[in-house]
Amino acid sequence: MKRVIETKEVAGQSPNYLLARFRDLIDWAVNSSRANSLWPMPFGTACCAIEFMATAASRFDFARFGMERQAFSPRQADVLICAGRLPFKLAPVIRRIYDQMPQPKWVISMGACASTGGIFDNYAMVQGIDTVVPVDVYVPGCPPRPEGLLYGVLLLHKKIKGESLFDGVARREEQPLDERGLRLPPEQIDELSEPFGNSIHQFRSA
Amino acid sequence: MNPSVDALRATFDTAIGRAADVRGDTIVFVDAARSFEILKWLKETPGQEYNYLVDVTALEYRDAERPIEVAYFLRSLHRRADLRVKVELPQNRPLRVDSVVPLWHGADWLEREVYDMFGISFAGHPDLRRILMWETYAEGYPLRKDFPLRGRFSRAEQVRQALAANPEAHYSLEELSIAGTFNELPEDMKERLRRGDRGKVPYSE
Repeated sequence: MKRVIETKEVAGQSPNYLLARFRDLIDWAVNSSRANSLWPMPFGTACCAIEFMATAASRFDFARFGMERQAFSPRQADVLICAGRLPFKLAPVIRRIYDQMPQPKWVISMGACASTGGIFDNYAMVQGIDTVVPVDVYVPGCPPRPEGLLYGVLLLHKKIKGESLFDGVARREEQPLDERGLRLPPEQIDELSEPFGNSIHQFRSA
Repeated sequence: MNPSVDALRATFDTAIGRAADVRGDTIVFVDAARSFEILKWLKETPGQEYNYLVDVTALEYRDAERPIEVAYFLRSLHRRADLRVKVELPQNRPLRVDSVVPLWHGADWLEREVYDMFGISFAGHPDLRRILMWETYAEGYPLRKDFPLRGRFSRAEQVRQALAANPEAHYSLEELSIAGTFNELPEDMKERLRRGDRGKVPYSE
């Protein structure tokens, strides 16, 4: 109600002002609706999924943040939560799940392995799911505690509330694979996947 | 020392190599060319009856001179006896040993795993495909010592090949390999599979 009153007061000063405030109002309504009723699609592959289940269960209960209904079908989900490491064999699966989700959609990468490959800097593991699907929020931890995941969810709420239907930069677009079948340029994937921390001491890597 | 070793020596003579007692387990090395015959004898001879194949695996040592070993962990369930049989495969020759699937059906996936990870081929295996890595995996055999830990291709190429894979090929009935037991399924399930509700079953009638 406050917004409408403000619009009345200064509407005469600029012909675009009313329109801008009207767009803000629509964005506010749409984004609040989206942020406060996220339907998560759990993609649990490892121990992070245990913490995810704890987050969903009664003690931590992410239904308090509007995630009451977990969607075990990607076609009725808003946010993909990748909880756990992602082997290359599962990369086309998570990509297909992501592609099947209707817009708007967001991705939370839960835990060190999903975000960077974690301790699994080896031949079988994707070094961060952002080389496969776009990621909105990274939750660090091995595994993150439920509070950590809830904080990630709240960050996602904040991000969603900053989006705009009318602004080309802040609008969510579909991000299909390019003609090479990759989401990012190859050199960027190589850079993202470079060893760091203790894994630079692995001598068996040629 | 497991008394089976002496019985093996009495029967197969020079085909039996050295034997050792390691922390209560007996390890006996046998000739690769006669491994099937020896394992069959161990399974079927009264008094031996190693009727349970616990595991098949392989070992490669950092010393490149040492041969790759294929290890069979045998157990006789009612005699409560264990025996570990090893076969040595020199690195300069093709890595090849007879499959023991005709003796123990459980060796099917175990040998596929050894093939997948070490590149040892098992002669006479009914379905020698990769089992952990996908079938089009082109980087080699991951558990070999000359295999770089992060794989041979660049990360971008690995991601590209992974994303180009068809997920249906891994999570289909074909991969789950119920094809072999197709004829034992209930009629209604056979009918659904024939209609192609869940994908085509290979090797069915």
